[in-house]
Amino acid sequence: MVVPRFWRERRSRYSLIGTRCPVCGTVYFPPRSVCPKCGRKSVGKMEEVQLSGKGKVYSYTIVHQNVIGYKYQKPYVMAIIETPEGPKLTGQIVDVEPEKVHIGMPVHAVFRRIAEDGKAGIIQYGYKFIPDEE
Amino acid sequence: MVGIVTYGSYIPIYRIKTAEIARMWGDKPEHPEKGLGLFAKSVPAYDEDAATIAVEALRNALRRKNIPGDKIGAIFVGSESHPYAVKPTASLIAEVLGAYRAHAADLEFACKAGTAAMQNVYAMVKAGMIDYGVAIGTDTSQGQPGDALDYSASAGGTAYIIGKDEVIAEINHTVSFVTDTPDFWRREGQRYPSHGGRFTGEPAYFKHIMSTAKMLMEEAGTKPEDYDYVVFHQPNGKFPYRVGKRLGFKEEQIKPGLISPYIGNTYSGGTPTGLSTVLDIAKPEDRIIAVSFGSGAGSDAFDITVTDEMENFNRDAAPKVWDMINRAKYIDYATYLKFRRMIVEVD
Ligand SMILES: [Zn+2]
Repeated sequence: MVVPRFWRERRSRYSLIGTRCPVCGTVYFPPRSVCPKCGRKSVGKMEEVQLSGKGKVYSYTIVHQNVIGYKYQKPYVMAIIETPEGPKLTGQIVDVEPEKVHIGMPVHAVFRRIAEDGKAGIIQYGYKFIPDEE
Repeated sequence: MVGIVTYGSYIPIYRIKTAEIARMWGDKPEHPEKGLGLFAKSVPAYDEDAATIAVEALRNALRRKNIPGDKIGAIFVGSESHPYAVKPTASLIAEVLGAYRAHAADLEFACKAGTAAMQNVYAMVKAGMIDYGVAIGTDTSQGQPGDALDYSASAGGTAYIIGKDEVIAEINHTVSFVTDTPDFWRREGQRYPSHGGRFTGEPAYFKHIMSTAKMLMEEAGTKPEDYDYVVFHQPNGKFPYRVGKRLGFKEEQIKPGLISPYIGNTYSGGTPTGLSTVLDIAKPEDRIIAVSFGSGAGSDAFDITVTDEMENFNRDAAPKVWDMINRAKYIDYATYLKFRRMIVEVD
């Protein structure tokens, strides 16, 4: 990802900052400046909201391919996480044996390196998920 | 009253047993256990570094007591493994906190950069410049493969928020001692550090810790028996007992704050995490002395008293150090090399 875009999105990526529509209460992540349900009634009124980082595995896949930048992590788990606030987040589940991941598994967000632009480029940080303690 | 308002630690889940490292390098498996008092060391996952460890430790501190970012006036991050050579770790922490009106800086002083951070924040709070400040010691240190440091260099960190309201542990006194001592160094551009072999013990670790501890107790008017706990920098599992006994401390004062046998030497995270382990179990009025050591060489010492506020403090809102020591996944040496990016590939 290019540096300017990552920089613009850093607050939501670092701290799970989304937005809530004050008209209907729907929470959006990534943040939206207009609520698609309420349209112009929500313009200029969207409120920032920080997600708790808690969630459950809604769906997942185990990646075995040699994707660039993930060679040292494979096989790795990519999942859709259902949050109690509403939005579904896509992210990697780490610190777990892939075969132990299951739908409905409670997880929470952690702060990790997401990608790095070669050996000399910028390091991109953001959220991944780990299983809650049993 | 100036002191610790909240604290939190983070230790990566992965461990390598020192016997596995010994197997790899042809040493007897019991050598690191008997000689160094080290059984295992923590290993950062492939996607962890000193900055991610700092953020996780800080979030554990904020789980126990949330201090809003706009009240935090200083952020000091001590590490010898900052992810960038140029680009501060402290600015990333500021962004994570939403603390923009803050004095932020990275510190580096081998294994004592974390306590140096604590001292800086303490001074700013005491001077009335800020209400709250964040001090973090964090590292993902590396030894040359096959070197003695390969048994100990590990990963972890601890974050302290220091302020003057609702203090759970008052910092009564702090002093430092420093000399130019070439016991351990790493030149710019070199991947692994070098050290002065046996020179690392007596003129470095022992001299600096003993001088600083004696200076602190003299200024505070205390004796070893006045303390419930003593925390020393812990490069292995033996030095803290040895230096402690020479200073007149007993094993039961040293043991609760000694975690290097199970996670190794977390460098800048070492003394701060030892102190965090003690704070996990300390009661009001307990008195603690903590003395760090950083090669090159210097020590920072703190005389701390736990306050009644500890009773109202939500320690259980974040994992304790022993919870994190116990949640371990063991890996072999090859996986360790993979996680630490020590495999050389031909382009
Ligand atoms: Zn709406």
